[in-house]
Amino acid sequence: MTREETENGRDDMQIDGCETEQMQDNAVPDGFNANYLKVYYGKLFPHAEIFKWMSYGNDGKHPACDHSYFGRREFSFTLDNDIYLRFQSFNSAVELENSIKEKCPFKIDIGPVYSVDPAKRHAYAQAGDNVFTPVERELVFDVDITDYDDVRYCCSGADICLDCWPLMTVAIKVIDTALRDDFGFNHILWAYSGRRGVHCWVCDGKARRLNNEQRAAIADYFRVYKGNENSLKKVSLTGHGLHPFLARSYNEILKDFFEENLLPSQKLFSNEERFEKILEMIPDESITSELRGKWQENRRSSISKEDINVVRWEQLKHVLQSGKQKVQGLRRCVEEIVFSYTYPRLDMEVSKHMNHLLKAPFCVHPKTGRVCIPIDPNHCEEFDPTTVPTLSKLLGELNMGGLKADSDNGILTVKNLDLYNMKCIWVFYFGKVDLLIQFWEITTYVKVIGDQMIVCYLASICFMN
Amino acid sequence: MEIVRSQRNSLSVVEVVPTLPLYRSAPLLEVRLEDFELYAIDRLRVLKGISDGLSRGKKPDEMDKLVDDLWKANMRHPQTSEVINKDIISHFVLRLVYCRTEELRKWFLSMETTLFRYRFRLESSDVQRALMTEFDLPYKAVGNAEFESVKEKLIQVARSIVPSLSSVDTIFYKVPFEEVPELVASRRVFILKGNAYVAMNQVVSLVVTQFRSHLSKALVLTNRKWTSTIREQEKDRLTPIVEALSTSYLGPDYSQPREFTEISLKDIDQVAKSSFPLCMRHLFEKLREDHHLKHGGRMQLGLFLKGVGLKLDDALAFWKAEFSRKVGVERFDKEYAYSIRHNYGKEGKRTDYTPYSCQKVISLTPGVGDHHGCPYRHFSEENLRAALGKMGVGNRALEDVIDKVRNRHYQLACTLTFEAVHSSSCDAGINHPNQYFSDSQKILESKKTSTM
Repeated sequence: MTREETENGRDDMQIDGCETEQMQDNAVPDGFNANYLKVYYGKLFPHAEIFKWMSYGNDGKHPACDHSYFGRREFSFTLDNDIYLRFQSFNSAVELENSIKEKCPFKIDIGPVYSVDPAKRHAYAQAGDNVFTPVERELVFDVDITDYDDVRYCCSGADICLDCWPLMTVAIKVIDTALRDDFGFNHILWAYSGRRGVHCWVCDGKARRLNNEQRAAIADYFRVYKGNENSLKKVSLTGHGLHPFLARSYNEILKDFFEENLLPSQKLFSNEERFEKILEMIPDESITSELRGKWQENRRSSISKEDINVVRWEQLKHVLQSGKQKVQGLRRCVEEIVFSYTYPRLDMEVSKHMNHLLKAPFCVHPKTGRVCIPIDPNHCEEFDPTTVPTLSKLLGELNMGGLKADSDNGILTVKNLDLYNMKCIWVFYFGKVDLLIQFWEITTYVKVIGDQMIVCYLASICFMN
Repeated sequence: MEIVRSQRNSLSVVEVVPTLPLYRSAPLLEVRLEDFELYAIDRLRVLKGISDGLSRGKKPDEMDKLVDDLWKANMRHPQTSEVINKDIISHFVLRLVYCRTEELRKWFLSMETTLFRYRFRLESSDVQRALMTEFDLPYKAVGNAEFESVKEKLIQVARSIVPSLSSVDTIFYKVPFEEVPELVASRRVFILKGNAYVAMNQVVSLVVTQFRSHLSKALVLTNRKWTSTIREQEKDRLTPIVEALSTSYLGPDYSQPREFTEISLKDIDQVAKSSFPLCMRHLFEKLREDHHLKHGGRMQLGLFLKGVGLKLDDALAFWKAEFSRKVGVERFDKEYAYSIRHNYGKEGKRTDYTPYSCQKVISLTPGVGDHHGCPYRHFSEENLRAALGKMGVGNRALEDVIDKVRNRHYQLACTLTFEAVHSSSCDAGINHPNQYFSDSQKILESKKTSTM
């Protein structure tokens, strides 16, 4: 009956870990509820680190620090009874922490830094126009796998699996590379959104101060996908060659991903309905009917060992790229198909405006119970959304007490060093520990205590101008 | 009203600049009151013409010609010495006219910037360089060694814009990408580590950014001066002219429902069928079908319905009835109701938002799962034909519509559709979805009365 009791909200849940018991006995039933969340915010949520991050160095003693900075940042809480509290602001780490613990929000969103304290915006409203405006905000991106429903056959809607998740991995790689190499940004945080997508926070000072027009320009730079269901071509690549950014994305990421991964895993040519969708993108009747004829004929006779999807793709490429096709547009078709199926689809509105809210990293998604943990863009292909720590798993570990570093399966869960007199710190990290240290430049924030390690992932972007 | 004649009107200080002024500060010129108004009207004709050109989706080279023609037709003056003065005076008068609301400022800023852009393009490269100097832009041309190191990429970019390019510009300016947002947005520059390589033939973008940001700030300042002093000081002289000028040429904005006010929920399906333009009909049908619309669609349709006369309470009921079937009543109340009240000016900064004009709708960029935007522009031909067929556009008319679409005359295409559906002419053309609606209602109303 323990299970039921916990679900009914026993709040004397064992969390201090002083009784060492078998792991099974400490397992916490799956699910998401306010009591779990209370423990999570009380013991695990990195309040101080979020504060440090969002302060961008303005929390120090240096005379140049702007001490009003953090207090002008909008936080927004969604409570469990669906009450939506916008324009929350906090003047210190303690205020932030106390408020989160007290209100126990199901979701925390982060907005821009305003010209004045957002909680007092009404007081300034009388003073005249435009006093209350956003002045800084990370450049953010939101990629959501539901926008890929027309190119994945394994899942739809909010569902994800390991066959379609790589689309997100590709999005991370394409965007991350361009943000660094093209735009020159360095301080970039990628995070799992807890369910069906990823978020990106570009934190460089230059990025935070971009105006809306400049944000829109970057978002448009990334936009290739233009169609909706009423236009035939989803992707239109004009001109004789690809822009260097698109060429690089295609050659280094998209092409291989399409051929080696997506093509076989989504079985893009396996039946008529699927290959027709690809043929639709070729504006030449004679070619499409030639291919169609070939594929309809040998439907049964193909016993070859090779994957039928790969075979048909090679045939299509052969026809389109053979010397006969003088028309540049037809050669371009191969690229257009690859772009249509693999190129990142961003939610443009999120990136275009300073005052768009975005869910804070380390929140717990109410539907999945999964924690919105950071993703290392250099190892994003190792990220597996299905093994992301859940609230109940964490609480189970918390019950066991002590520290568990499980670097074999790629997750490092460091926490709870000394439950009696030290605030617990944990961080999830994906990938190898030594790589982590290399990757995040601020090694001062990686403390090594014996053979145990505390890593503060967020710290690396805290200090950046 | 008293007509004041030949009043001396000195605005304030400054120098006069040759051919293409930057309008840095108001001129020290004497202006006769008639000229004050006439010059402004002439310039407005130019801006309005540009606005129409843009909303038809004209290409840059077509705009080159259009702007040149408009300028020559309207901004001439019998005395050569007066030409430049007319230019400057008319600009500053319209600044006064269009500084007074956010909407007006936005329109004016956009049209003046476009005008400046095309006039700059028409200048010789010497004049262009002189103007760059005048803007005091701190950029230097890229040196030889650096040019060689990125040459290949620069050629790649140039080829991606103009297919048959034999040689590439050799003069490039290296500027922070933030300075040339429009070139970044359309991927017309090579960007490396935060710097964009801007070709000599693209410097117009740099200059335009400067022009725009200067004008944008100036408009806000002018507005302050207008509300604090000018309006009161000039209440018998300039104020009436200024106030009349802004409304007479932009047309109504449909933020308040007009004559036919109020449609009720029970009629809405009927009315949608008979009087919604295709863009709204499509959204409406998609909403009925999917019980959901993404943000862009909710804005476009929601504001249109507001303009049509759907009261806030009815609007809430309308959206709720659909959305709750998909996301449930609770989620509707929590996530969507706010933005509907917001559109009606009941939440947030409490602006009463205006319905989208055709120009706005055409300029939208619908993405995956979106249904907003202008169908004439965003649908494939096949889908457009099907949609028009469903509206009852006959074969001959349909071909005419498609022909307009091919030439990117989206509003004309919509006008022809209107005429076909209503078997009645529409001389003014369609400029606004709400205008389509009210014109349609007028016709149906008169048909009803004539058959009674």
